[in-house]
Amino acid sequence: MTSINVRQIVGQIGLWLSVFVIVSPAILFFLWMASLSLKFEVDNAAYPPVFIPERIAWKNYGDVLASNRFLTYFVNSLIVTGSATFLALVVGVPAGYGIARMAAHKSAVVILIARITPGLSYLIPLFLLFQWLGLLGTLVPQIIIHLVVTVPIVIWIMIGYFETTPMELEEAALIDGAGRWQVFRHVALPIARPGIAVAFILAVIFSWNNFVFGIVLAGRETRTLPVAVYNMISFDQLSWGPLAAAALIVTFPVLLLTVLAQRQIVAGLTAGAVKGG
Amino acid sequence: MSALTQSTPAAARTDAAPEKELRPPSYWPFVVPALVVVLTIIIFPWVFTIWMSLNEWKVGSPTTFVGFSNYLRLTTDPRFLEAVGHTMVYTVLSVVLPLILGTLAAVVFHQKFAGRGFLRGVFIMPMMATPVAIALVWTMMFHPQLGVLNYLLSLVGIPAQLWVFHPATVIPSLVLVETWQWTPLVMLIVLGGLAAIPTEPYESAQIDGASFWQVFRFITLPLIMPFLFIAGMIRMIDAVKSFDIIFAITQGGPGSASETINIYLYSVAFTYYDLGYGSAIAVVFFLLIVALAAVMLYARQRMLWTEIASGA
Repeated sequence: MTSINVRQIVGQIGLWLSVFVIVSPAILFFLWMASLSLKFEVDNAAYPPVFIPERIAWKNYGDVLASNRFLTYFVNSLIVTGSATFLALVVGVPAGYGIARMAAHKSAVVILIARITPGLSYLIPLFLLFQWLGLLGTLVPQIIIHLVVTVPIVIWIMIGYFETTPMELEEAALIDGAGRWQVFRHVALPIARPGIAVAFILAVIFSWNNFVFGIVLAGRETRTLPVAVYNMISFDQLSWGPLAAAALIVTFPVLLLTVLAQRQIVAGLTAGAVKGG
Repeated sequence: MSALTQSTPAAARTDAAPEKELRPPSYWPFVVPALVVVLTIIIFPWVFTIWMSLNEWKVGSPTTFVGFSNYLRLTTDPRFLEAVGHTMVYTVLSVVLPLILGTLAAVVFHQKFAGRGFLRGVFIMPMMATPVAIALVWTMMFHPQLGVLNYLLSLVGIPAQLWVFHPATVIPSLVLVETWQWTPLVMLIVLGGLAAIPTEPYESAQIDGASFWQVFRFITLPLIMPFLFIAGMIRMIDAVKSFDIIFAITQGGPGSASETINIYLYSVAFTYYDLGYGSAIAVVFFLLIVALAAVMLYARQRMLWTEIASGA
């Protein structure tokens, strides 16, 4: 009797130890990131390193937010990610529906190609196209090229989702004389809301995080946040506090979304939708 | 009227495939807008890239058709060949390490414990976080004098390393970041595999008194093999293309010690603006990824055959 209890307790301790070991690289990294962002230069340059500072440098965040360029870049990121996600949902959700209902699985090959292609290979021809259209210097090229990331994610997830939604209701509506568009709008779409949420969240995250498109297409006024942070690395390498603060501000919305919507994200990622581009 | 014309072909097919009545071509309008987008941003760039790769195409000078000479140039470009080598080393390490660690993590997350959902959310944070932001913090951690990693090493008596600042350690250091970042993805895929395993084999193994390792080796591992394969495939595709982390931390340096194909492609196309040659690299790069995927598929097929042949 007692030996079983002991074994259970040892098992529990072992389990918690392994959970701790597995999760700590992630936790410690982000705690260290927060620590860097909240320290004055004296503490950031100290050896051995200071983990919890005596004086907290909130001013690092103030400095980052007060520079009006940072706000411009924040708005740029919002516009690019918002537009690219919105457009992807508008074209991608009906497409996922159509492909699922036609059982046109071969068309998914295009999505796979998009998934395999390195992001830079889109950039070369599209860069020329945008230059020729005179669009460089505006946010339009970035919005369009972010569709390379968001559209495949949305289509891929929606095909999978619509394949699992029941056909009976749709068939009944069709027999009752509803058009295909009405069936989609009033029957299929409401049921697909959880799937749309997954597609939306993943499209937002991977568009927000995208760096490679901005580094080529963004000018001084049209940078998104990841590009802005990258430029900070190269120009004021010496002040770690504000740099880490900027990095944390950029990625904080994503981290928050990850923890809050982890069920949707896990569902989407296991369906095979990982960052395009 | 339109309903009539639509129903005719479907009706004609009913005797062959009665369940496919509702498959007339009228779902096409749903797909057309996406098709236009995909043609513009995915298919057109591909066709145009192939065309450009056959031309001498530099920004600011006239283009001339040169046939395959860009491709021939690749075969004798030492920087490209070196980049292929770096890419291979980087990819193999960045596939194998996350596969091992991710499987171990999945076995742990398959157990029931309080706060599992929340901790799983925390665990996947590295792969969802903005890569450039992560790269910035890793760069600080790699700093030879002030970085926290060398301090941690000193605690266990290991001498200070130069990490990404030395040609010999730069690729392993970048792989460390890549592994930290993408182990969660392998974990999620394998976790999905574990959830699909029936409980009967475990029950009979328990009755037979099998050890934990035996259970893992002879029951769990074979059953999650298909999932490991998918994880390995996705990981390979992403590792080969890895850009953000490498570019933001080392830009291919020191020297060209961590210059992978993707980083070299960037320099050729957007530092030297040699777009024709860059396009040729892009095409070869894509074919290389497809070839690697094909080799993995073939190896998997062979594995299945030997399993069947050995009577497993």
